[in-house]
Amino acid sequence: MADLASPNLIDVAVKLAVMLGFVLTVVPVMVWVERRGSALIQDRPGPNRLGPFGLIQPLADALKFIFKEDVTPSAADKPLYLLAPILALLPAFTTIVVIPFGPTLEAFGRSIPLVIAPAETGVLMFLSLASLGVYSLVLAGYGSNNKFSLLGAIRASAQMISYELALTLSVLAVVIPVSSFYLPDVVAYQQKHVWNVIPQIIGFVVFLIASFAETNRLPFDLPEAESELVAGFHTEYSAMRFASFFMGEYASMTALSCLGVTLYFGGWSLPFVHLTGWIGAIVGLLVLVAKVGIAMAVFVWVRWTFPRFRYDQLMRLGWKVLLPLAILNLLAVAAMTLAGWL
Amino acid sequence: MTPAVPVSWYLLLAATLFAIGVVGALTRRNGISIFLSIELMLNAANLTLIAYSRMLDVHTGQLVVFFVLAVAAAEAAVGLALFIAVFRQRHTIDLNRINLMRW
Amino acid sequence: METLTFLVFAALALGSALVVVSHKNPVYSTISLVVTLFAVAVLFVMLGAPFVGVLQVLIYTGAIVVLFLFVIMLLNLQPRSRDESRLAGQGLQVVGAVIGGLILWFLIFFAFANSSFAALKPLTAEMVSLKTLARDLFTEYLLPFEIVGLLLLVAVIGATVVARKVPQADATTSYQKPPEGSEP
Repeated sequence: MADLASPNLIDVAVKLAVMLGFVLTVVPVMVWVERRGSALIQDRPGPNRLGPFGLIQPLADALKFIFKEDVTPSAADKPLYLLAPILALLPAFTTIVVIPFGPTLEAFGRSIPLVIAPAETGVLMFLSLASLGVYSLVLAGYGSNNKFSLLGAIRASAQMISYELALTLSVLAVVIPVSSFYLPDVVAYQQKHVWNVIPQIIGFVVFLIASFAETNRLPFDLPEAESELVAGFHTEYSAMRFASFFMGEYASMTALSCLGVTLYFGGWSLPFVHLTGWIGAIVGLLVLVAKVGIAMAVFVWVRWTFPRFRYDQLMRLGWKVLLPLAILNLLAVAAMTLAGWL
Repeated sequence: MTPAVPVSWYLLLAATLFAIGVVGALTRRNGISIFLSIELMLNAANLTLIAYSRMLDVHTGQLVVFFVLAVAAAEAAVGLALFIAVFRQRHTIDLNRINLMRW
Repeated sequence: METLTFLVFAALALGSALVVVSHKNPVYSTISLVVTLFAVAVLFVMLGAPFVGVLQVLIYTGAIVVLFLFVIMLLNLQPRSRDESRLAGQGLQVVGAVIGGLILWFLIFFAFANSSFAALKPLTAEMVSLKTLARDLFTEYLLPFEIVGLLLLVAVIGATVVARKVPQADATTSYQKPPEGSEP
């Protein structure tokens, strides 16, 4: 691990540019994928007017958001109301710092680990920064001074913190055989053995379901359900602020997909490929992008296939099904590691 | 490299945070705000423990902070549950108004 | 560089601590507490305890303060109204707390002036590693660890029981016949 006290700032800046570029590019692509994908599943054309296959549609959406009138409720608690959309972007853009996107690069006379923050606390830092995502929901609901918003916010945050437990426990199960929170170690372990999804399939299923709930995606999107609560916690937001919530949701989906792919599907590595140097780094990044792309496609697929969970069903699933499953998974993995199988 | 910031600075900061917490706990009327000040005091104590752990080169301070975090969580949960229960009865958490004591 | 980081986060911690104890809206106090806790977590990392720092963010800001916010919103606490003077008749408490703080400062200066502590060793990877911390936790401190686990269980059960709504007895089920011999 690099010397944390004096990191090479150019390294950090370049790596940050790569990862941020990735996350920021994913958002407009996802807008397009969502709308065409949903159209495909629902057997209708989807946006196809703007450019070939409707590819300019995200740009049109962005322009619409920029030019739309920005309505602020007069009785809203202004500082909190304005802070909430900014906080929505916080978890996504801070958690990507621990995701590795390639093998260690030997260049310029030093070895550069291809992860923005090579800290030993790795995954734990991801989980702790992701748990800060609750604040944007709560402040949006409270600051809007609107009963529906408040109700949506409380539901959303209760949902998030409930499923965070199952998420954390399934992540811990992955960490046990690796004996390290550092994500490049997790990837190295999977390169040596097998992708974690195979021995820990239960943990993966728990992680998958919990990540749907964490990002407020269907089938767990009651907090922002259009037909139930107007629009939940972002009822009173319009134009760019609404776009921030939107972007934040897609960005945190991306970050969580990166984590899931790194923990369970080998991250940037392919099973029998061991490239190094610059070629290895570029291939690693492309492999990570491809895997995250597949994960995001799964998100879209599930959204338009399943009906929505009712709130009490949602909470019951989180506490009475996923949490016991995650604990059992943890025990099983611990036992297997002690027995030497993992 | 020897760290540039002497440990005594951390201790002074922790003492100041603790004093601010005490001011908050003593002067606020709202029960939740008093609770927040108590959390502030706990944090100041944690900072002191970690500073000493660093200074004396042992892990004891960090482990005690680990336990303090868990105990603070337990205390927050039970304390807030109590506030909810009191609020149901008295419809206020202004400490001057739920005070049943004579003096 | 390190001094600058310390000064920035120390100032942040102090500033938001002052907001915590003085702001009239409890929601703002809570948000300021989040900022304070985050600044203190950064200071933990600077002191060579990255795990405790990350745990502080995960547990304190990620769960405990969220719980505070929930309760504030559930109870619909209003900000203190403008005509309620906050510090009426409480000057003595403030002065007392300030004197207490000064005594602490004096003690720290005294302790550091009259003894020669060994210079701080530079941080090595081994000092901040989780393995040594975990080994201590599960060997020397195993009993407190188990007790804390039990404490958390008790707290969960206790909080659930204390905060639950007691089912109200309604008129049809709690009617009691008047005792024999009383006037109808």
